Amino acid sequence: MSTASTASPAFELEFERPLTALERQIAQLEAQSDTEGYDISAEVRQLRANHTAMLKKIYASISPANVVKVARAPGRPQAIDYIRSFVKDFCELHGDRHFGDDRAIISGFGRVGPHKCMVIATHKGKDTRERIACNFGCAHPEGYRKALLKMKLAEKFNLPIVSFIDTPGAYPGVGAEERGQAEAIAVNLREMSRLRVPIVSVVIGEGGSGGALGIGVADKAAMMQYAWYSVISPEGCAAILWKAADPVSVAKAAEALKLTAQDNLKLGTVDHIIDEPLGGAHRNPATASDKIEKWITTALRDLKRFKVDNLIAKRYQRLRKLGQVGGE
Amino acid sequence: MSQSPSASSQGVPPTAASLAQQYPPDAPAPRTLAQLTEAGKRSEVPEGLWMRCPSCEAMVYRKNIEQNLNVCTECDHHFRIGADERVEQLCDPGSFEPMWEDLTPLDLLSFVDLKPYSERLRGESKKTGHRDAVLCGKAFVKGRGVVLAAMDSRFMMGSMGCVVGEKITRTIELAIETDLPLIIVSCSGGARMQESTLSLMQMSKTSAALARLDSEGGLFISVLADPTTGGVTASFAMLGDVILAEPKALIGFAGPRVIANTVRQDLPEGFQRSEHLQEKGFVDRIVHRKDLRSEISRIIDYAGK
Repeated sequence: MSTASTASPAFELEFERPLTALERQIAQLEAQSDTEGYDISAEVRQLRANHTAMLKKIYASISPANVVKVARAPGRPQAIDYIRSFVKDFCELHGDRHFGDDRAIISGFGRVGPHKCMVIATHKGKDTRERIACNFGCAHPEGYRKALLKMKLAEKFNLPIVSFIDTPGAYPGVGAEERGQAEAIAVNLREMSRLRVPIVSVVIGEGGSGGALGIGVADKAAMMQYAWYSVISPEGCAAILWKAADPVSVAKAAEALKLTAQDNLKLGTVDHIIDEPLGGAHRNPATASDKIEKWITTALRDLKRFKVDNLIAKRYQRLRKLGQVGGE
Repeated sequence: MSQSPSASSQGVPPTAASLAQQYPPDAPAPRTLAQLTEAGKRSEVPEGLWMRCPSCEAMVYRKNIEQNLNVCTECDHHFRIGADERVEQLCDPGSFEPMWEDLTPLDLLSFVDLKPYSERLRGESKKTGHRDAVLCGKAFVKGRGVVLAAMDSRFMMGSMGCVVGEKITRTIELAIETDLPLIIVSCSGGARMQESTLSLMQMSKTSAALARLDSEGGLFISVLADPTTGGVTASFAMLGDVILAEPKALIGFAGPRVIANTVRQDLPEGFQRSEHLQEKGFVDRIVHRKDLRSEISRIIDYAGK
């Protein structure tokens, strides 16, 4: 039983509330045993077991709306945490050489396992100041162009591309529109489909629509167990379809959109689910990080076996077959 | 050029008998091109002998507007038109051969909003005479052979689900196969929510097909009509070798309301309209509906296609 899963996160998810009382009790007992020297290890062990059982139960039947909450949890590891944890010798490269350096996109050389690669990621920011600078992970056109410029650099030097996705969506603002948000994403979709190096992508938190897909076209795509990936956020969907913003409508939209990792695997929009530690990646970032590293390393090893023309043909077939229609 | 296995046999328009067999019994019966064209004449122009133009507010005689390509005779306001009417306006008379009309959307997610998606589809189908929001096929424009896709904003706001994505992709693949110029007339609210991530994937699918067309040296003329937004703009619509737009069409990624809510300020005058996009460098030419045929033809000629 790892202590990591009972450690109370710095924030509280509403649906995890039954756990918080237990966590407080455990912390209290531990503090007492430290200061007063009682041996209460048996009680603590019992409480921990209860805690684990409750955690398992809560997460076994987690609703899509709550998955969205976990994916957005402020303490959930972000791409930058995974980069710091397993991308060795990360060499960040800034800017799109036309307009600026969008902080919502991180890009640079790095090594994952034995593979030298180009890492592309959306970045939400770790504190308020950074979050504002990154627009909470919503990239502007210059961000998508920055990503493409670095990906073309990778192609030139035959480096595979690793993309981490965690964005509510592309930024919907006046400047973003005037600088061609739609064009920037469209060009990325077209160019990524024909880049002559392997591409793997992982949705680590939020996979918000075109903003996510704009760096997400891949040979192999994975999703973390409690990430979401959809054509629109549940809030956006509820606002359009029910003209509503209440939690019940949003939960209904989350359900209807089939946005969980399981649903996306079933639809074929991702190829693999990376399991998260019990209670989500935020309770045990090290384990989550190991699992992502392992998947990327293996996926890149497999993809590097293909001749480049076959790789591109296979990528096209993967994109081509997505979607089902009737009447044939 | 490698094709999806199913696409190669799709070159032949389906027979009425095969259509009738596959079609759900409560949907309208398949129709001939003449009937389609008739349906297309029912545009978004409100019923009645006289009508008020929403742009200049003049009272105009409806028949005059219809005879004027559904453009206001007073102020040149371009009314939205259905795909059938678009095809009729653009193509040489009788030259359009519709393809893949038998493709039908599936309710894979059992999506229910105000009503079940399947029911919504039946309603839209009855209203428009089509099974989804795009009409594709081969045609001639001023004697030049083209492959054409025309989106239909009357069908669920022209939103792109799997059928629209698949038909657009097949149209692109047909352009590659035949080396004919590709023309896509877009008017769409974006990716269709009711097919969720699968709709999203139609963006990468169509864009990947356009990468192939581009690599093969094919010509793609993208025509943007009111409105072109969301996932359609952020995929094929913005990838034209030449991008034409009808006057004052709404063109953008995010909708104006979403942007206004985000930035909490009034949007600039004419924001996200064709003229604004041309000024910002994202549209090559703004073309009046009456000139669309000749503009397309001369671009085809310049490209030597």
